[in-house]
Amino acid sequence: MSLDTTPTASSPVLVVEGLRKVYPAPTPGGEAVEAIRDLTFTIEQGQLVCIVGPSGAGKTTLLKCIAGLLPPTGGKLELEGKRISGPPRTMAVVFQEYGRSLFPWMSVQANVELPLKSAGLSKAERHTRSTEALEAVGLADAGSKYPWQLSGGMQQRVAIARAVAYRPQILLMDEPFAAVDAQTRADLEDLVRKLWKELGVTVLFVTHDIDESVYLGQRVIVLSNRPTVVQDDVTIDLPDERDQLTTRSDARFTELRHHIYAEIQRAKGNTGDTNDASQRRAV
Amino acid sequence: MKLLKSFLYLVSLPAILVLLWWISTIVNPNFYVPTPAELVGTFVDTWFSDRFWRDVLPSIGRLFLGVIGSIVFGVVFGILIGSFRTLRRLLEPLLEFFRAIPPPVMLPLLMIVMGVNWRMQVFVIIFGSVWPVLLNTVEGVRATDEVQRETSRSYRLTRTDRLRYLILPAAAPQIMAGVRQSLSIALILMVISELWYTSSGLGFTIVQFQRNFAIPEMWSGILLLGLIGLGLAVIFRYAERYILRWYHGLREVQRES
Amino acid sequence: MTAVINTLSEVRRLRRTSRGGGAMLGVVGVAGFLALWEIASRTGLVDARFVPAASDVLVRFGQYVIDRAFWRDVGDTMLSWAVGLLIAAVAGIVLGFLIGSSRFLERFTHSTIEFLRPVPSVALIPLAVLLFGTKMQSSLLLIVYAAFWQILLQVIYGAKDVDPVADSTARSYGLSRLQRVRHVVWPTALPYLMTGLRLAAAVALILAITAEMLIGAPGLGKQIALTRESGDTLSMYALILAAGLIGVVINLVARFVERRVLAWHTSVRMELAG
Repeated sequence: MSLDTTPTASSPVLVVEGLRKVYPAPTPGGEAVEAIRDLTFTIEQGQLVCIVGPSGAGKTTLLKCIAGLLPPTGGKLELEGKRISGPPRTMAVVFQEYGRSLFPWMSVQANVELPLKSAGLSKAERHTRSTEALEAVGLADAGSKYPWQLSGGMQQRVAIARAVAYRPQILLMDEPFAAVDAQTRADLEDLVRKLWKELGVTVLFVTHDIDESVYLGQRVIVLSNRPTVVQDDVTIDLPDERDQLTTRSDARFTELRHHIYAEIQRAKGNTGDTNDASQRRAV
Repeated sequence: MKLLKSFLYLVSLPAILVLLWWISTIVNPNFYVPTPAELVGTFVDTWFSDRFWRDVLPSIGRLFLGVIGSIVFGVVFGILIGSFRTLRRLLEPLLEFFRAIPPPVMLPLLMIVMGVNWRMQVFVIIFGSVWPVLLNTVEGVRATDEVQRETSRSYRLTRTDRLRYLILPAAAPQIMAGVRQSLSIALILMVISELWYTSSGLGFTIVQFQRNFAIPEMWSGILLLGLIGLGLAVIFRYAERYILRWYHGLREVQRES
Repeated sequence: MTAVINTLSEVRRLRRTSRGGGAMLGVVGVAGFLALWEIASRTGLVDARFVPAASDVLVRFGQYVIDRAFWRDVGDTMLSWAVGLLIAAVAGIVLGFLIGSSRFLERFTHSTIEFLRPVPSVALIPLAVLLFGTKMQSSLLLIVYAAFWQILLQVIYGAKDVDPVADSTARSYGLSRLQRVRHVVWPTALPYLMTGLRLAAAVALILAITAEMLIGAPGLGKQIALTRESGDTLSMYALILAAGLIGVVINLVARFVERRVLAWHTSVRMELAG
């Protein structure tokens, strides 16, 4: 079974239309929780889009729905024109809790190869891909180690390598660097951009870190508070070549950052009930 | 120096106890208590004879079969029951009941139903010692980490792969804890299953000694049982250390942080 | 370490099984089993001489329940169970704390404990018979021996698990050994102790009945042995049912007590920490 699929040229790779997610009441007599009321946006092939929002805004819920791990209550969710009804074959997810997402009883290389094994790839092919992927994330000689022997940042790299080896069309990342120290986070952010450019994969990156979202993304989607709607959709018109030092001190970076920060402050008070925007506001 | 210290720790208390024992048999000779020398001598005479083939080996063989059986049944059914919530809820009270029945109590029942033969004896061992393995497996399967489950779902792992690479290894620490408990139960049941209507086996032989007031022989039998128990514990410890080496490493790292 | 696994999993299990919906299914399960049993026996699927029908067994069980002699036997069993458990608990707790709180003692006794502990208690049956014949004391010997190890080991684990930071803090405040045991060691060891008591309670019941069956000490086990000898299969099944139910009750009570003590305990620990 080949994992490589050729992208359709002009249609968006991910379509989210009127997405709604309601969690049923946990106890009889309790209240149902409307996590997401109405989310509508599209993602084009090869884009790097960041999603930010206040805590509790349903970012993880959105990601899980797109990942096919959670069934939506309403709305349309399509990946490459097909409805998402379960984890799609051409999608890979990197979770925040790297420590719990990697299997501690397998070596790093075995962890990276496991999805490929399940997909039926030959031993040689698995080995080639996993070695390549580990090299790409800078862990060329960590293959025979166990995940718990590595630092947090390195473990997250393994999780990324696992996703890369899988050769997905679209890569979802759920606040992957939230639990990692600042220095490591900077390295990992650059790693994500590097891989994105090299592999031409579409990336959906959920984060609560505004700086990170502006630094990484071509677009930043700001979510409102619960019940969530799209608060704002900001195009990041920073140059393509980004650098931790120069980009972050760029005037435009500060403007965009400021704008998004203000949006989030607004979003904290805004819910789907009070929001006056699914506005696309150019800055 | 360190080696010497470990060695001393290993033998001091036992040596002191043996010394006290020996002294008490000199000071106060008792029919019921053989001297250490007597015991060792009797031990060798009694068990390293044709009794070894007639009684010891068959008993250990049945024990072995029983242990394997309880592990296999326990793990297989544990996985089944742990994986399907409805099944578990359905069976839970029944399992609680059967597990609470003192296993020796099943012996007369099984004797009637199955007759008195080695199959019945193995069955008694399995019936009594399967519970810790079964229940621990169920718990281990249920407690599979949510993030790991989502990871395997998102990468579309096949059902068999999920079982082999996620569920079983994740539950392994729990399962091993259950196996350890079941080992001691199995040994007890092996002895008990040989106390009635049998004419061979370790348990039978030891009781015969007691009935015939062959005291040193009786004690040598108790000693042998203790050694078998110890042997099982040692084998288990090595097996556990091998199977769970990832787990020990992981805990080591967690402890240091 | 495996001791901690058992505690954690039991606590999780406690929390999870206390939901109402599951109870219905459980009842269905029991009912289904009884129905299958009844059918199998009545239709001759299994030999009715060996496996009497469920309804007959239940009736016989009912007869036992209103029979005073039955309760006397149960009382005898429970008496040796309780006394044995108590002795084992006292010995286990005292020795456990002593050994567990001293690195030296723990290493000194380690090899002896590891050697004695796997000796199956039934190996002591000949000894018990020699010493006490068929009196209750022979049951007690077996019960105490088996239960003692469960408690001792758990208490040692618990005492060893003491947070070294808390302990050295206490020491730097000049607390005597006794005070340290009370304020630092005891709260840490308590959950382990509860696990040990629960395991010991189950083991004590098993040994009590086993001893009665094999030695003839007074109690439920002795009755079971008698029914077998007289070929009264029906009564034997009824008594086995009774033994199982007693075991279930003891388990439930032990878990309930454990839950209560641990709940109080976590609140106390939070006070101590705060």
